[in-house]
Amino acid sequence: MSKYLEIALIAGLTVGMTASASMAEEHGLGREALPEEIAAWDVKVMPDGRGLPEGSGDVWTGDEAFGMYCASCHGDFAEGVGNWPSLAGGMGTLDRDDPVKTVGSYWPYLSTVWDYVNRSMPYGYAQSLSADEVYAITAYILYSNNVVDDDFTLSHENFAEVEMPNADGFIVDDRPETEYPDWRGDPCMEECKDAVEITMRAAVLDVTPQDEE
Amino acid sequence: MSELFKGNPASRRAFLRGSVAAVAGAVTAGAARADGPDPLITEVQPWAQGWGDPVDAAPYGTPIKFESDVVRRTVEWLTADLTSSINFTPIHALEGTITPQGCAFERHHSGAIELSKEDYRLMINGLVDRPLVFTYADLERFPRENHVYFCECAANTGMEWAGAQLNGAQFTHGMIHNMEYTGVTLRTLLEEAGLNAAGDLSDKWIYVEGADASSNGRSIPMEKALDDVLVAFKANGEALRKEHGYPVRLVVPGWEGNLWVKWLRRIEVTDAAVESREETSKYTDVLDNGIARKWTWVMDAKSIITSPSPQSPITHGTGPLVISGLAWSGHGAITRVDVSKDGGKSWQTARLARDPEAKALTRFYLDTTWDGEEMLLQARAMDETGYVQPTKAQLREVRGENSIYHNNCIQTWWVQPGGEAENVEVS
Repeated sequence: MSKYLEIALIAGLTVGMTASASMAEEHGLGREALPEEIAAWDVKVMPDGRGLPEGSGDVWTGDEAFGMYCASCHGDFAEGVGNWPSLAGGMGTLDRDDPVKTVGSYWPYLSTVWDYVNRSMPYGYAQSLSADEVYAITAYILYSNNVVDDDFTLSHENFAEVEMPNADGFIVDDRPETEYPDWRGDPCMEECKDAVEITMRAAVLDVTPQDEE
Repeated sequence: MSELFKGNPASRRAFLRGSVAAVAGAVTAGAARADGPDPLITEVQPWAQGWGDPVDAAPYGTPIKFESDVVRRTVEWLTADLTSSINFTPIHALEGTITPQGCAFERHHSGAIELSKEDYRLMINGLVDRPLVFTYADLERFPRENHVYFCECAANTGMEWAGAQLNGAQFTHGMIHNMEYTGVTLRTLLEEAGLNAAGDLSDKWIYVEGADASSNGRSIPMEKALDDVLVAFKANGEALRKEHGYPVRLVVPGWEGNLWVKWLRRIEVTDAAVESREETSKYTDVLDNGIARKWTWVMDAKSIITSPSPQSPITHGTGPLVISGLAWSGHGAITRVDVSKDGGKSWQTARLARDPEAKALTRFYLDTTWDGEEMLLQARAMDETGYVQPTKAQLREVRGENSIYHNNCIQTWWVQPGGEAENVEVS
């Protein structure tokens, strides 16, 4: 009973205090996030490098770390193992059938590499790498793509200077201009084509999983 | 006798068993005369005599054993492992529009994590007046809304760009589900944190990420964030399933499923897109010239005949046939669906089962008569913007074949005289 009252009182006080802290709120729910909490969870890195911690790592340190943490899936040279993603190579393939989309051939921002390695890799043991290790691994991936030389050291200071090969390879969704105007209106209902032929069959390809009985 | 019908729809052998019954059906069609008294009627059956299960035999029920084939299925060769992978809703075997959670497709980038309500925290930070942390209990104290929305993976039908590949609606179109969500509008939570600090909202973004190892962070323009995005904690009346983000996920109506961040843990107001892994290296659409489209969020109008289809062949012979399908659009409500039986030479307008809802699945039917001849079945959706679902040829003309994502082409099923159906491409 008294425990309940105590909780109710504290809750009441908290609401009262937060209500006066800001006029924008409407419900007085939640509590202020502490700086340590924001620092722990807000680790994203922006394309211009905002959010990067201080640190550095060179290609050879990265080679070693990559071999230890990454190579079992991505290959010693970042070329990819089996169905796991290739991180290197694929230059000049984007306009061909089955383009090979790697960090070097496709990724427009280096910040994405740092952010993803730091936040989500190694696969199955995320957020275990030090900032210096992430710089080193990022440097090694750049080296594997011939973007930097083997004596390169990546740091928070020179991060923004690295030019990604496919930085200009993207456009913002243009369907509203290139597709929607042409694909509106009354569709054909009768005699829409002269002949219809089957040109491809999925059963011939035969890659659909079958249930076991 | 009923053993004959117990097969797996995905299995060819099961189909062949079923087709025996189809022939029998064809013979009796029209005549509707029994060869003799049906023992299921004339003899007392065990279920008509003894007891069934007591209540509480299953405190939380699962489908009866006869429906054990109505399950999610994956295509193992698509991905390197099953923790960063996808499976498919058995849309060929479902009806109506609401997808049961237990067979709604899963897409994880680092596996489905187990996060309790007690351990759940949601942070809002960045360009807000007051960075906040909410508990799960806090979220349940905000005013709630209920909405039905489809969630479609951007890669749905992605394996079909270069040709007819996977033989079943589940595999070609099953990266979709449709649920009734209960949650708090994202606008409510953002206003709780205060947006004065963000200044002009027209060029601001939010960045949303999950609590799992992948984080699956995505950037969403503030305009959408304040429009119809939900922070949802219930689906179809019950808690979200683990595999769909328990206890809290983001619902981004009409936009690609990758934005619907599961196990939502952080919402940040930013002055630019973060350009995370999931919005640069993935979920961008390479065009024929090698240039890629980014920020292709909206799922354009699309439809699919779910039955008959390769996993749901015609087994009843000639006569009355219900052609059943689904249509949807990320731009709003479906206004019309046409069905062709001849590969697009001629079309009939289908019947919509109910008044279509915006950004939700619509069920359509063509109640027809099958003469036993082959059919090249197609469906074509239109939405409230006047958009007409394109053919694969139209899509390829603009985009080539390497986009992976956003393939909303008209699909063709070749129904053969025996009733079997196959995924084909036609001229």
